[in-house]
Amino acid sequence: MKIGTPKEVFEGEARVAMTPESALQLQKLGHECVLETGAGLAAGFSDAAYEAAGVEIVKTGAALFKASDIVAKVRPPSDTEVKRLRKGQTLISFFYPAANEELMQKAADKGAAVIAMDMVPRISRAQKMDALSSMANIAGYRAVIEAGNNFGRFFTGQVTAAGKVPPAKVLVVGAGVAGLAAIGTATSLGAITLAFDVRPEVAEQIESMGAEFVFLEFEENQQDGAATGGYASPSSPEFREKQLEKFRELAPEVDIVITTALIPNRDAPILWTADMVEAMKPGSVIVDLAAERGGNCELTVADEKIVTENGVTIVGYTDFPSRMAAQSSTLYATNVRHMMTDLTPEKDGVVNHDMEDDVIRGSTVTYEKEITFPPPPPKVQAIAAQPKKEAPKELTPEERKAQELAEFKAQTKSQVTLLAIGGGLILLAGLFTPASFMQHFIVFVLAVFVGFQVIWNVSHALHTPLMAITNAISSIIILGALMQIGSGSWLVIVLAGLSIFMAGINIFGGFLVTRRMLAMFQKS
Amino acid sequence: MEFGFTTAAYVVAAVLFILSLGGLSGQESAKRAVWYGIVGMGLAVFATLIGPGSGLWLLSLILITGGGIIGVYVAQRVQMTEMPQLVAAMHSLVGLAAVFVGFNAHFELVRVVAMEPEAKKALEGFAAVLAKKDALEQNILRIELFLGVFIGAITFTGSVIAFGKLAGKVTSTAEKLPGGHALNAAAAAVSFLCLIWYMNSGGLLPLTLMTIAALFIGYHLIMGIGGADMPVVVSMLNSYSGWAAAAIGFSLGNDLLIVVGALVGSSGAILSYIMCKAMNRSFISVILGGFGGPAGEQMAVEGEQIAIEADGVAATLNDADSVIIVPGYGMAVAQAQQSVAELTRKLRAAGKEVRFGIHPVAGRLPGHMNVLLAEAKVPYDIVLEMDEINDDFPETDVVIVIGSNDIVNPAAQDDPNSPIAGMPVLEVWKAKQVFVSKRGQGTGYSGIENPLFFKENTRMFYGDAKASVDKLLPMLD
Repeated sequence: MKIGTPKEVFEGEARVAMTPESALQLQKLGHECVLETGAGLAAGFSDAAYEAAGVEIVKTGAALFKASDIVAKVRPPSDTEVKRLRKGQTLISFFYPAANEELMQKAADKGAAVIAMDMVPRISRAQKMDALSSMANIAGYRAVIEAGNNFGRFFTGQVTAAGKVPPAKVLVVGAGVAGLAAIGTATSLGAITLAFDVRPEVAEQIESMGAEFVFLEFEENQQDGAATGGYASPSSPEFREKQLEKFRELAPEVDIVITTALIPNRDAPILWTADMVEAMKPGSVIVDLAAERGGNCELTVADEKIVTENGVTIVGYTDFPSRMAAQSSTLYATNVRHMMTDLTPEKDGVVNHDMEDDVIRGSTVTYEKEITFPPPPPKVQAIAAQPKKEAPKELTPEERKAQELAEFKAQTKSQVTLLAIGGGLILLAGLFTPASFMQHFIVFVLAVFVGFQVIWNVSHALHTPLMAITNAISSIIILGALMQIGSGSWLVIVLAGLSIFMAGINIFGGFLVTRRMLAMFQKS
Repeated sequence: MEFGFTTAAYVVAAVLFILSLGGLSGQESAKRAVWYGIVGMGLAVFATLIGPGSGLWLLSLILITGGGIIGVYVAQRVQMTEMPQLVAAMHSLVGLAAVFVGFNAHFELVRVVAMEPEAKKALEGFAAVLAKKDALEQNILRIELFLGVFIGAITFTGSVIAFGKLAGKVTSTAEKLPGGHALNAAAAAVSFLCLIWYMNSGGLLPLTLMTIAALFIGYHLIMGIGGADMPVVVSMLNSYSGWAAAAIGFSLGNDLLIVVGALVGSSGAILSYIMCKAMNRSFISVILGGFGGPAGEQMAVEGEQIAIEADGVAATLNDADSVIIVPGYGMAVAQAQQSVAELTRKLRAAGKEVRFGIHPVAGRLPGHMNVLLAEAKVPYDIVLEMDEINDDFPETDVVIVIGSNDIVNPAAQDDPNSPIAGMPVLEVWKAKQVFVSKRGQGTGYSGIENPLFFKENTRMFYGDAKASVDKLLPMLD
């Protein structure tokens, strides 16, 4: 089939959906490639380069749409472009179907299949065609470069013969793909990088990129990123308050703020308010990657760079990937090429638009005159959900009751048996022994009982002190010796004396050692 | 003083002792608990001194003071690593005292029985109590004091041997005289025959004979138990010393002795039970000595032990976020607890999470490791028990095993034929990296190969534990 790429009509868009490199790969799948003349020029690819890669060049966009079975482009189609679509044709591009319903309806009416590159589900298998991520990666990198461009100092701290230069402090808000890319770039330039995200599970990723996670003391049901396909979801007002408070605290310290906080299908949350901008040092830079959706910074003007009264530069460009057209075209073209690979499983140039496939189904927004958006949830979970710590098995009340009853019965049975045997033995002893013995015996049995009850509670760490203290109090045997020493017989006196002496060692030694040990136990 | 006062004092003392033991449930309340014990003991001794039946109280006081001075001296000088020996030695004193008191009871009984009825009326105290007993009660008394002497004698020699083994003065391997358990059984039989003889004759000879037999049992029983089972032995002897005191209490008719003896006895029994459970072995098999023979061919261990030098360990520690240290008897032997504590402080200062995993039978005394770490001022809230920490190993970067072997042996779980199969162990091998500080390539106490040392994520850090850790310290950031 013929894959065609027109020149982007959007003002200032420099990217192109096909590169000579990707054209070669597409031809290996059995497709032919067509290109509108000059489509790759802004990204640095000449018509000659395409021709060398075997791409047919046509003069106009209209001719291209006519010539190709599949149209691959970057930006959502313009009205004219949609009108050029025909039945059976496939369009691959960014589409933002949630925001472009009218356009989607028109495309569906035309009978063309539209594959939205921004709707590729976030599952492992589809990562190679995840154009949002590859564009975000570029945006993150570019944001730092853009910030550096507008920042009057070094990123890295230096001690030079001409004086000391403090390192720049960069705060990255939102640690998605763009945020992480920004963190990586900023740290590799030598800046001290702080990063914040509402999803606590990304702390590890942030730290792995070399930034410090800005920790928020907040007790809330931590949102599980897996539930939202790895994206952030709106947070509670209390949480937001806490978050802003933290930012307010950081504002005077940081030199560069890069905000990347986006929530799917919503306006960007305002995270960097006017008073925070005011609190920043002159010369500081804010790069707002969410400018297209209204911006995370209150003062952001989309597509513009402004300088506030106190000398803070706010960059609100929305075309970061386009500013690095060569890089972003290469990556985007590769994403498209991977999408085509999935669409032509036999590599014979025949497209098999398999609506059973998770990835293809998920990204297809119109198909055979029908709007197929939003797609059903993918069969494969985006991220393995964190295993919930649930009770091993939820028993019904009746079952639990029955189980408890059985346990209770078993316990009662064993206890009653033990008691019966013990009681029987004691009764037997009582029959043959005098009352004086039985009196002591009662005391003995009770003491053993108390001992058992008490000792079970002793914590393991204190077993050595327990041994020492029981050792000390077992020298209670001294009482026996004390009672006997008053006897007349010299032998008894000597033995009793010795016993007292030994027990004396034990009493003092035992208690003192216990105290020494216990005094050592300290809390941190 | 009236008999009533003494009894009242005894009641108070008994309550204080119970509170004292109960107070050991937490570190903070334990500090108070010792004072309960001290006051209880002081009260009991005071009440007995001024109570009926005592005499020569000046001599008694001098003896107590003399003994006390020695006790204080020893308690202040003893090293925390020598705690097991000290406890064993003290048990032997209690055992011996029980034997003496038992003999005294016998002498008094003989003396009183021989007296004329008129003379009996003039008697006081213990002798007076004896004088009131009829023939049946006297027989019971004989059984009681016989038992007291028997248990006391076993405790005495057993503790002496345990002391010798713990102090390294007697070989710590399990040794038996030819004849093995038959000898013990024979000695026990002799003792039983002596009991019957003694009941009929009331003479000194059977009592003495039995004492000799019991002394032999104590010696031979403990000789047959090896070093690693010492926690059980020490707590068992602790229990015996309690039962001996209780038996003597019966023969003297002293309720406080009975109560305290029973408390100590049951405490020791529970400790022994806990220790045995921690080793997944029955009490009987520990007492009968040694490990049972393997039920079948043990799994062959494959791979080789890979050694590592201090700089490698230090580099890994510098990169790690979470560290768990598993100390064992080797740490105590090398007196490495101060160095380990210093290591802990350094790692914690660097913002790493450091915790200790303590196996219930680590060391030679229940809770031995806790005491050593406490001495080195390691905060007790980072010292965790096996059950508390076992689940955390998979998320741990580095585990440092210092001088322990069998308690971290994966064969206990993997190899059903291993002699220690089924014993709960610390699952250190699940951590990302394990360092084992060990003197050489030898096997642990139980003499079995430890597959942990051959695992891919294990590195052997040979050398004396203290020297190794000291070498490590300057290399950490």
